[in-house]
Amino acid sequence: MTDTHYDRAPGDRPIFTGLEEVASSGLLVYTIGLALAVILTVTSFWAADTSLLWGPGIPLGLAVLAIAQMGVHLVFFLHITTGPDNTNNVLALAFGVLIVILVVAGSLWIMSNLNDNMMPPAELMNLQMQH
Amino acid sequence: MNIAVAVDDVHDQALPSASEDGPAPKRVVVAYGFWIFLLSDIVMFSALFAAYAVLVRATAGGPTGAALFNQGSAAIETACLLASSYTCGLMTLAANERRRAGVYFFALVTFVLGAAFLGLEIREFADMIARGASPQRSAFLSAFFTLVGCHGLHVAAGLVWLAVMMAQVAIKGICGAVERRLLCFALFWHALDIIWVWLFTVVYLMGVRP
Repeated sequence: MTDTHYDRAPGDRPIFTGLEEVASSGLLVYTIGLALAVILTVTSFWAADTSLLWGPGIPLGLAVLAIAQMGVHLVFFLHITTGPDNTNNVLALAFGVLIVILVVAGSLWIMSNLNDNMMPPAELMNLQMQH
Repeated sequence: MNIAVAVDDVHDQALPSASEDGPAPKRVVVAYGFWIFLLSDIVMFSALFAAYAVLVRATAGGPTGAALFNQGSAAIETACLLASSYTCGLMTLAANERRRAGVYFFALVTFVLGAAFLGLEIREFADMIARGASPQRSAFLSAFFTLVGCHGLHVAAGLVWLAVMMAQVAIKGICGAVERRLLCFALFWHALDIIWVWLFTVVYLMGVRP
């Protein structure tokens, strides 16, 4: 097994051949990333204010745009790829994402449940106040 | 196997087996450890995001997000942070090529943009507090100042770190240790930008909707 190679550090770009080539392609990668991020950000700010779109769907659309921009940052700025030398980085990231989803979704779920089940409805409160 | 062979073709010399030749290079170990730290930092932010999302309606009769937030300044802050993330990437490229002047230049631009972001945010906070929307006004405002303030503290820490790194580049040159620290700084700065993406989406865009 002489064809095994080391993992790549997070943030490192994959290929190191000639310095000139690395410089130009690196610049290109960052510039593409910046352009995509700007497009997604502008779309987010536009979608938040527009009356052209169906209102209740906008928060979902904003979440999708944020996820897309996170992907752009990860791929073009942090150079996370699906390559075999990146498996450890991606696995750590996947675990982090799992915990984040558990914390955020779990908190919202539990708290909305508590609100529904433990808060007396407004009419009932008023009824008690009146008597 | 095909993939591994393809990568080997790219490299000039065949790399020895990772498992047989002991630990990975220091650059990989350091950056991976820092990557784990960043992910744990993001998990901490997720708790603050959850607290904000739960408390966003708990305004206690005080001002709501729609009354307080200014999307124009949020857009300028976003532009500053995104541009500084880009120049930070260019600084990494310059450091990899050992172009010291390029590192200084892009570090300066990154620092100025980051400081502009921080200045705008502090001005926004001061403005809100002057209008009576201080952290002790309501649970919503406590959660807001904790979440956004924590990100602001990270940016401030990043600026101090960047200044220290420039001193190290000036004194030590771009040697192995300094290069690894610059790589970690770049990871930190890009991760802060990812957190800001969620922040402006959740707080400034979703938060002002009725």
